[in-house]
Amino acid sequence: MAGNNPNSKPMNLTLRVWRQKNSQAAGTLETYQVKDISPEMSFLEMMDVLNEDLLRSGVDPIAFDHDCREGICGMCSLYINGRAHGPERGTTTCQLHMRKFSDGDTITIEPWRAGPFPILKDLCVDRSALDRIQQAGGYISVNTGGVPDANEIPIPKPIADKAFDAATCIQCGACVAACKNGSAMLFTSAKVSQLAMLPQGQVERKTRVENMVAQMDKEGFGACTNIGSCAAECPVGISLENIAMLNREYIGASFTSENV
Amino acid sequence: MILDSKIPEGPLAEKWDKHKFNVKLVNPANKRKYDIIVVGTGLAGASAAATLAELGYNVKAFCYQDSPRRAHSIAAQGGINAAKNYQNDGDSVYRLFYDTIKGGDYRAREANVYRLAQVSVNIIDQCVAQGVPFAREYGGLLANRSFGGAQVSRTFYARGQTGQQLLLGAYSALNRQIAYGKVKMYPRTEMLDLVMVDGKARGIITRHLITGKIESHSAHAVILATGGYGNVFYLSTNAMGSNATAAWRAYKKGAFFANPCFTQIHPTCIPVSGGYQSKLTLMSESLRNDGRVWVPKAVGDNRAPGQIPEDERDYFLERKYPSFGNLVPRDVASRNAKLACDEGRGVGTTKLAVYLDFADAIKREGLEKISQKYGNLFDMYAKITGENPYEQPMRIYPAVHYTMGGLWVDYNLMTTVPGLYATGECNFSDHGANRLGASALMQGLADGYFVIPYTIGDYLAQNPTTRIETSHPAFKEAEAAVRADVDKLLSINGSRTVDDFHKALGHIMWDYCGMARNAEGLQYAKQEIRKLREAFWSDVKILGTNEELNITLEKAGRVADFLELGELMVDDALNRNESCGGHFREEYQTPENEALRDDENYTYVAAWQYTGPNQPAVLHKEELKFENVKLTQRSYK
Repeated sequence: MAGNNPNSKPMNLTLRVWRQKNSQAAGTLETYQVKDISPEMSFLEMMDVLNEDLLRSGVDPIAFDHDCREGICGMCSLYINGRAHGPERGTTTCQLHMRKFSDGDTITIEPWRAGPFPILKDLCVDRSALDRIQQAGGYISVNTGGVPDANEIPIPKPIADKAFDAATCIQCGACVAACKNGSAMLFTSAKVSQLAMLPQGQVERKTRVENMVAQMDKEGFGACTNIGSCAAECPVGISLENIAMLNREYIGASFTSENV
Repeated sequence: MILDSKIPEGPLAEKWDKHKFNVKLVNPANKRKYDIIVVGTGLAGASAAATLAELGYNVKAFCYQDSPRRAHSIAAQGGINAAKNYQNDGDSVYRLFYDTIKGGDYRAREANVYRLAQVSVNIIDQCVAQGVPFAREYGGLLANRSFGGAQVSRTFYARGQTGQQLLLGAYSALNRQIAYGKVKMYPRTEMLDLVMVDGKARGIITRHLITGKIESHSAHAVILATGGYGNVFYLSTNAMGSNATAAWRAYKKGAFFANPCFTQIHPTCIPVSGGYQSKLTLMSESLRNDGRVWVPKAVGDNRAPGQIPEDERDYFLERKYPSFGNLVPRDVASRNAKLACDEGRGVGTTKLAVYLDFADAIKREGLEKISQKYGNLFDMYAKITGENPYEQPMRIYPAVHYTMGGLWVDYNLMTTVPGLYATGECNFSDHGANRLGASALMQGLADGYFVIPYTIGDYLAQNPTTRIETSHPAFKEAEAAVRADVDKLLSINGSRTVDDFHKALGHIMWDYCGMARNAEGLQYAKQEIRKLREAFWSDVKILGTNEELNITLEKAGRVADFLELGELMVDDALNRNESCGGHFREEYQTPENEALRDDENYTYVAAWQYTGPNQPAVLHKEELKFENVKLTQRSYK
């Protein structure tokens, strides 16, 4: 199979990496060389190799966010050669492997760039604005205990499956970073549509969308102009249909608002 | 000191209900006078934080990630067990209890496990009410699948992302309480010490990972929901940041550590491909529902899998365990994969792998059906290995996945430190020597949603509401000690990197305290760990300062703790002269290479007490009493 030749040769690469000491400092692109990179390595393992080299030579290693390295926690980010999460579609940076690159390549690595995501250091940004959008209404208000038996709420399989698809958003922020307007519509719409589709979400359906959109605006995310780069760059394939649904939900809610 | 597990009297099935009635309550108006700290926001932490805030307590929650939703529970794939018996296939609370006790090789507490099985049914109701999109049948009701160690279908799932969906449910409940102001959330904050006042847990010291600020937080009780310590092995299926620091520092403040040698090696992970490898990726156990595990019959058969005819393949799990087949428990599957590789029948370039083959399932059910069930797992495999598992069998090998050991807790989930609780993987209580698949999610949520909210009230009701200011000398002392540790690390200025030490420790642990252990190897490992620890404290290289985002400093603190914990794991493995579950001592096995328990001498929980730096830990034994289940040689044949 392509890309799985165990004898494929190690690569030498030139990396241009955004370095910035902290949120106040000015940043620059620094150039580093890495040698003998195996095509079987993940992109972040390649970064590990660079960091070990830097550390040994007394240079502060590059800070980047990462945790599960399985593509599910949403902690990793990185703009790689001008693409959120790099060149492979439907893939987080941690799941991107070096077999997608060639010997001699120059790779440019930058942080997410969006007003509501201030840079903390190097490639780490603050994405807490996304948490605050969730806190504005991304839940069903049930306390622990006193709920009906799970099978008393039958849900048609196609709806359950669609709700699941929307629920798989990993809150990485790639959609915002990829959008020329820095819009968080795809992110917000994923949660709004998941809960709007489910019977459990009906009671708070209107207030939820109104409150989440209001928080999104308050955080300074841009407007949506239907370009679709968010969905194109989303590593888990959240569909643009969710934005259409959010718009419908929002308009409907604003005509018959229950927010008092 | 005699360990009192505080298991309620009475028949097994009535213990929890009786206990819930007997515990003291805090009246609603008084709940707001109590502050509770929750460290960790995975399933056990987020569910506890949300539920306690709903009840009216003031909660402070902490996580090292940038958002509580990133805790590693999110990566759990296959499912969550519950004794709903929706499939009408003979399941019951008692059967789930029995399977869990047996699966744990009779080294767990009956009463805890029974309670776990009882509340399992409430968890599913709760999650559905939160909007968790579990898999459903066409009639709209919930679907189930099978998991290892059980002959019923009791596992609820959301494709291969069950942990993600359950955690997002708990995260949404947590968010609601954050919005109400009942939970104050501290992301990117790591707990570095426990603060005790008058012998009780009264707070924690934290370090903010962006600014380096060291801070004190005071409360009436502290809950550690900080997960397991699998990263002692360097390579594991844990997240890169998963660490034992909070639990380990609590241990050093007097919380006993139980059964540290009980680690779970998961049979189906993507094999190691090189020395640069930073972590291992699990392929869900649910794949063993349809995948068949095999190796070539002949030693040194280097043909591609497709060229090996059926009669020259050894489907070793089906051959040795006809009644459970590929769905034997994890410890059994892992050990057999290792045996096959040890015999020289491993596959792939490293020969440290076995096949997990879906060809028959695809032939039987069609590509689409298999893709629906496991699509995301197949995609993940393809991304990592560059191979297409629809066309050729997966290569898998066991990897460190979960730790059954953890802080010792009583029936109330309280550690040996009054006011300090441990929930989820952080405690030791429910899985004995081997955890069954889809039971970690169950335990995390059981502890957080349905156990701790009752039991913590019993403690608080007996303690005054008086708050302690963080200007109290106990806080100042602990802060100073944390600062001194950080300064010490920063002053070493040696030549070896933190990762270098961590990898070296991982090799020692995997080779001598991994899937198979023996006394000689363990003795050797103990010496090697000590040497490595000394080298670390004299030669580790850390740049920069405390007052910044310093990734090396963060890691160094965690690895320093792993270097101590590793030795305790070895001590525990040496002490336990038997094989049980995931603890396989080569000296103790049946003629068929199965784990040979010694019930007469080792039917106890080994709880270790810290006595000082480089001093031997002191062993305390909690005898396990089996009043309902008869101890037998586990058989999955």
